[in-house]
Amino acid sequence: MTDADDVARAVADAHRREWAFVLAATVRVAQDFDLAEECVQEAYAAALSAWRRDGVPAKPAAWLTTTAKRRAMDAIRRERTLRSKLPLLIELEGREGQEDQEAREGQQHHQDQADPEATVPDERLRLIFTCCHPALAQEAQLALTLRLVCGLSTPDTARMLLVSESTMAARITRAKKKISAARIPFRVPRAAELPDRLGAVLGVVHLLFTAGHTAPSGPDLLRTELTDRALFLARTLRDLMPDEPEVRGLLALFLVTDTRRATRTDADGRLLRLEEQDRSQWDGEALAEAHELIVAGLRGGRAGRYLLQAAIASLYAQAPTYEETDWSQLVVLYDRLLAVWPSPTVALNRTVPLSMAQGPEKAFDAVAELEKDDRLARYPYLPAIKADLWRRLGRDAEATKAYRQALELTDNEAERAFLAGRAGETGPPVR
Amino acid sequence: MAQYAILLFDTAGAGDYTPEQQQASQRHAEDLIESGVLSSAYALDSVETATSVRGDAVTDGPFIDAKEVVAGFYVVEAPDLDAALELAKRNPAVQWGRGGIEVRPVVGSLPPSTR
Repeated sequence: MTDADDVARAVADAHRREWAFVLAATVRVAQDFDLAEECVQEAYAAALSAWRRDGVPAKPAAWLTTTAKRRAMDAIRRERTLRSKLPLLIELEGREGQEDQEAREGQQHHQDQADPEATVPDERLRLIFTCCHPALAQEAQLALTLRLVCGLSTPDTARMLLVSESTMAARITRAKKKISAARIPFRVPRAAELPDRLGAVLGVVHLLFTAGHTAPSGPDLLRTELTDRALFLARTLRDLMPDEPEVRGLLALFLVTDTRRATRTDADGRLLRLEEQDRSQWDGEALAEAHELIVAGLRGGRAGRYLLQAAIASLYAQAPTYEETDWSQLVVLYDRLLAVWPSPTVALNRTVPLSMAQGPEKAFDAVAELEKDDRLARYPYLPAIKADLWRRLGRDAEATKAYRQALELTDNEAERAFLAGRAGETGPPVR
Repeated sequence: MAQYAILLFDTAGAGDYTPEQQQASQRHAEDLIESGVLSSAYALDSVETATSVRGDAVTDGPFIDAKEVVAGFYVVEAPDLDAALELAKRNPAVQWGRGGIEVRPVVGSLPPSTR
């Protein structure tokens, strides 16, 4: 017998690290997301008692995968038996089901042979590329990947994509239904198909990183298991498609962003702004690797959104001090980024270097323009940036009001504490 | 194997193909028949011949007023959507730049197709 606490911890750990891997492997057998998810859930539940009895296995992921796959196969077999025993209304349909199953198993066998040691990255990539099938709407691709590959909860996914929880749940259901009804296959696309799907895949990995970099909710600013997974996926993609400038850009962007990980909060978990962060702590090696990727990517021709974002992040990081940042060059890069990716959040971020290069008043005009955009109505960084501009102009009353607005919109505890602190500096303390 | 309906959409002048285009279509149809994936295929007369029924009302013209209309449809057998899309993309009409193709899974048919 193994201690119940140890087992609970091992299961929780395997849930955090291996969920996507176990699901990806199970989906290949089940050929159905809902069935696969159900079987994976059951496997985790079964692990609690089995591991208490037999001890935690050496390879928890393998144990969970085998268990979940077996459940999926049982379920398929049960359904087949049930169908054959039902009074045959249409005889042909029953037979078709069996042929189907045999064809499926044949295909499965073939896949296993072609890919005898399906490695973790391949399994995850397979699932990501399936979720990013061009037959699915991009919003569905994102929703599915975040939910299934990355294990993000539906509310977190909804918050990240700026839609309501019910909208998100409906999107996921619709996408799953299409995958099963239209039989969207579970495989990594051939090389020729990759460019079609790459945009979506990069978008998903990027959102995953974003979700980890600033968790949409919860006590901690960071969810390192998400950023680590995104970084790992970006490296895997770079190995798969080494010459794609946007893949290089994405990896570079993650490297630059992640190097600041340790300096974004102080010892007590309080948020530190870029100007307060200890630049000597940043990983010079990672920054150099990113710089090389960016230079190589920019040499390749027209820069896409990830490469430009990486160039922006790298420019921020290269300055010896915050004050010495090349603000005008940043505004230029942001303008180029807006040209290839006209996103309201990019336009909002642009107002920060703009305020440094040309003064807060100029930035205010830009922010005021963005306030008309409904998509930013619940975006906490809009009032937060506005508050900062007011603060710099010495307009404390307006700053306090805007900090409080931002406070109402964020659910991340570290961010809330920071905003409450700032609001307390310009106005009466916030409890 | 599953069945997919491939709906061919074209501008209202559908059918006014050049002799080369007609030959390409014919060859494509023969390819599908030879490879044994085609279940059935129908080419429709021009949209000017369409009549719509909505409730009690009978009107001249197509049911949906759009730039493109259904010019024909055929049903193929394919193991999954990717395979069906491969077949659909091979239709030469896709290259003509006037319309396009919609692929939809078939969930039932009457009488039951004998295979």
